[in-house]
Amino acid sequence: MEPVLAIVVGVLFAAAIYLILRRSLVKLVIGLILLSNAANLLIFTVSGFTRAAPPLVPEGLEQPVGAVADPLPQALILTAIVISFGVLAFAVVLIHRAYEVVGHDDLDQMKDTDT
Amino acid sequence: MGGSLILQTAARALLPLLLLLSVFLLLRGHDEPGGGFIAGLVASSAFALYVFAYDAATSRRLLTVDSRTMMGVGLLLGALAGLPAMFRGEAYLAAQWWDVSLGPISLNTPLIFDIGVYLVVIGTVMTIVFALAEAEEN
Amino acid sequence: MLIAVLSGFIVAALAPWVFRLAGGRTGWVLGLLPAALTVYFATWVPQIAAGDPEVIVYPWIPGLDINMSFLVDGLSLLFALLISLIGTFIVIYAGGYLAGHRDLPRFYVVILAFMASMLGLVLADNLIAMFVFWELTSITSYLLIGFSHEEEKSRKCALQGLLVTVAGGLALLAGLILLATVAGSYEFSEILAGESLGEHSAYGGILLLILLGTFTKSAQVPFHFWLPNAMAAPTPVSAYLHSATMVKAGVYLMARLHPTLGDTNAWLITLGLIGAITMFTGTVMAVRSTEIKRVLAYSTVMALGTLTMLLGIGTEGAIIAMIAFLLAHSLYKGALFLVAGALDHETGTKDITKMGGLARAMPWTMVFASIAALSLAGIPPLFGFVAKELMFEAALGAAWLAPVLTVLAVASAMLVVAIAGIVAIRPFHGPRKATPKEPHEASWAMLLGPIVLGSLGLAFGLVPVLADSLFVQAGVAAVYGEEVDFYLSLWHGINLPLLLSLVSLAGGIFIYLNWDGVRERLARTSVIDRFGMERGYDKAMRGLERLADWQTRVLQNGYMRNYLYTILIATVVLVGYTLFGRYGLAPPLTAVDGLPHELLIAALLVVAAVFVASTHSRLGAVASLGIVGFSVALIYVLFSAPDLGITQVLIETLTVILLVLVLFRLPDFVDFSSTRDRLRDLVVGGLVGLTFFFLVLFAIDVQYFDPISQYFVEESVPGGKGRNIVNVILVDFRALDTLGEIYVLALAAIGVYAMVKLRAEDRH
Repeated sequence: MEPVLAIVVGVLFAAAIYLILRRSLVKLVIGLILLSNAANLLIFTVSGFTRAAPPLVPEGLEQPVGAVADPLPQALILTAIVISFGVLAFAVVLIHRAYEVVGHDDLDQMKDTDT
Repeated sequence: MGGSLILQTAARALLPLLLLLSVFLLLRGHDEPGGGFIAGLVASSAFALYVFAYDAATSRRLLTVDSRTMMGVGLLLGALAGLPAMFRGEAYLAAQWWDVSLGPISLNTPLIFDIGVYLVVIGTVMTIVFALAEAEEN
Repeated sequence: MLIAVLSGFIVAALAPWVFRLAGGRTGWVLGLLPAALTVYFATWVPQIAAGDPEVIVYPWIPGLDINMSFLVDGLSLLFALLISLIGTFIVIYAGGYLAGHRDLPRFYVVILAFMASMLGLVLADNLIAMFVFWELTSITSYLLIGFSHEEEKSRKCALQGLLVTVAGGLALLAGLILLATVAGSYEFSEILAGESLGEHSAYGGILLLILLGTFTKSAQVPFHFWLPNAMAAPTPVSAYLHSATMVKAGVYLMARLHPTLGDTNAWLITLGLIGAITMFTGTVMAVRSTEIKRVLAYSTVMALGTLTMLLGIGTEGAIIAMIAFLLAHSLYKGALFLVAGALDHETGTKDITKMGGLARAMPWTMVFASIAALSLAGIPPLFGFVAKELMFEAALGAAWLAPVLTVLAVASAMLVVAIAGIVAIRPFHGPRKATPKEPHEASWAMLLGPIVLGSLGLAFGLVPVLADSLFVQAGVAAVYGEEVDFYLSLWHGINLPLLLSLVSLAGGIFIYLNWDGVRERLARTSVIDRFGMERGYDKAMRGLERLADWQTRVLQNGYMRNYLYTILIATVVLVGYTLFGRYGLAPPLTAVDGLPHELLIAALLVVAAVFVASTHSRLGAVASLGIVGFSVALIYVLFSAPDLGITQVLIETLTVILLVLVLFRLPDFVDFSSTRDRLRDLVVGGLVGLTFFFLVLFAIDVQYFDPISQYFVEESVPGGKGRNIVNVILVDFRALDTLGEIYVLALAAIGVYAMVKLRAEDRH
């Protein structure tokens, strides 16, 4: 299944980068959301897939039965998802503020340091 | 902001249920799927829904504590949870357990830490949502 | 010991409050600290004089071999005593010299911090700890030189001193690490106990790098130019920087490493020759100047050169001379700088040619200036004479270049005699000259230093055995690497060094009497300044500015797209190069074992992503963005990550709320780009996507290190008492990471809050 997801990751990255390179501010934001999904999925795919074996220990046991999915990337991604939301909120508000100040949503018009 | 009557009724009915669920997810998080992040997100979704159904001011009153205070308290809890280990001569944040339990819940530093995470997540999300909703309302 | 070194920093932090309480008497109060430190270090003298050095270790970052360890031996103790003793007088003196100055509290803060850094530097046993203190002295001295920060000249000189010493410091760090790697230890005590590194293949590199550091710090030719410029500092600073402390740090380090690095011809020639040239240059420049502080500063360059030369010669006699000279110089130079400050303070001018006949107005200043100057000139029975005799003897006994060194030494000594006359006779005697201020005797706070330091120079000269048994023996043992049997005395009988002394004295008196003529003749040589290092420094600075200007215009051109291209293309090239360089063109294709519903989700993801990128409808984009998010959540759930699935779904919901609140207040999708632009971006996006596609394919198969996850899986219940391993990692095993993450989260919220609320205030 991993090669298939590799294609998905590739397409997600390509779409995200394409959007981020647009001059429209709104598209930039959407590209950012897509990018964080792509990155999370990349880490998840690279760690290898395990079906129906979540990293949980059954009650009363010391160790899980059989092989379970790698818990470490999951812990990484979990915080990454939440943080990317925080950063996204920041970016969205920043962009909105920039739009208000500059009065334009064309990034090419935003090349001066003065407002 | 103010939503439809259906949304308002749904929000009012869902809020206590979702909050209960979030506490449940928080407390069982160490053993089953859940934990501070997820529980915090469930609780903040509930409040965010309420903001949409009614308005920011009503939701603020419902939250009773200022969202920024909540964030601060959460960060403090998270940081303080690391100290008991130092008194016992271990590294900062090394988990400590005490023989105090309340039914199925026992007192330990990972739990305190997770409650800190829970509060920070609610505080963060609600600070953002309130700020934006209030800007919208003006 | 740790407390002794760090107390300076602590008291520095408290100094402003002390000032508020003690007011004009702050100098006397704060002077108690260095005084107490002097007493503390004095209690070490018996043990060290008995030849019993000690290493004291406080763990700091033990994992990196970095300890806050201290080495107390003859060399470091001598320095520590000089630093704290002179520090005492400086702090007290500053109270008088800068009385009523607006920034006096700031001065106390920085000077105490400087003292503490200096103590740390000389006492540290760990190379890295020493280096940290070394840089701290550079920074605090920058703040001290630039004390009058309203003046442009002051700022410029401070920056020059900082850049020169810090650039050297950078080389030094590399040298120290190389040294530690070769010697196998980061502790001086262990390196010194090991073998000499003269034969090692890395020796040349180590020597070059370390000498770059020490020569810049100790103002050796050709880096000598920053030191006289540092005279922009208030006088107590000059006294402190140039008598006992910072500029001697380089000499200290060379002396410290002498047993390990000092037995080669490269060492002898570099140090001996550069030292001698520095010594001579310093004296010539000193005689050329008329500003009293510059004269003294250049004579300090002379002293530093002498010390370096003696270290270079490296014989028993040379090391004895070096330690004796070090002690003598610290005492008389400290006193003379304080006297210079008193003169400047009382008369309102720094120009010696404008002073004269001050003896009547300032008798005590005159007496102790003369004592210090006699020591400088090397006239018996002052300690300076003992040191000078030893210096001649050492120069004569050099294994190489003895004639050159001796000639330079005698010539310098002549000029030094003249300098002594210039600073201690000229201002006080002769006809009374009108000065900008009506002079009278300096206050006690300003006299105490010259009195004690001058008297010590006299005492050590009359009873050399005192200096000998207390300090010099142990110091020599530390620098030479083994115990040396000798004793200092004032009278060596009639021999060649004495003869040289007489020659230099006669020559010096002659130069002094004809100073005005000599000065004018020397002034004509100022042409050489134009080709000196200072010009080079100025040119380098201007070049740096032009380079910064140019690269800002090229790289920071204001188009975000261009920044992104740079980052993206660099990523593609570097990642692509590594991948294909290592693994060739054939990725390890495993069989596709996807179940139908999994493949369906994957297909949905691809379609939704392409739709998001290509749609012209904002609502459509947001909707398909939701499809992407929920599909990713499904993948998490299908492949055994329930926590991730739940989180992703919740965040997806909140993201929609966020977009509704903000995004829809932005204008609708507009196409700004031409088709050509779009094609170009499609190519870049496609390249990045392709790179990551291959990255995933290769990375699945690569395993460089054993995964640490197994530990978490096994220890989750026994060690973490939790059955949800992901959660145990988050709140227990890696809790510190999580703590950092929730702080980031809170910061983002504060940022949003601030931006929204600031806007609200703008409107009102």
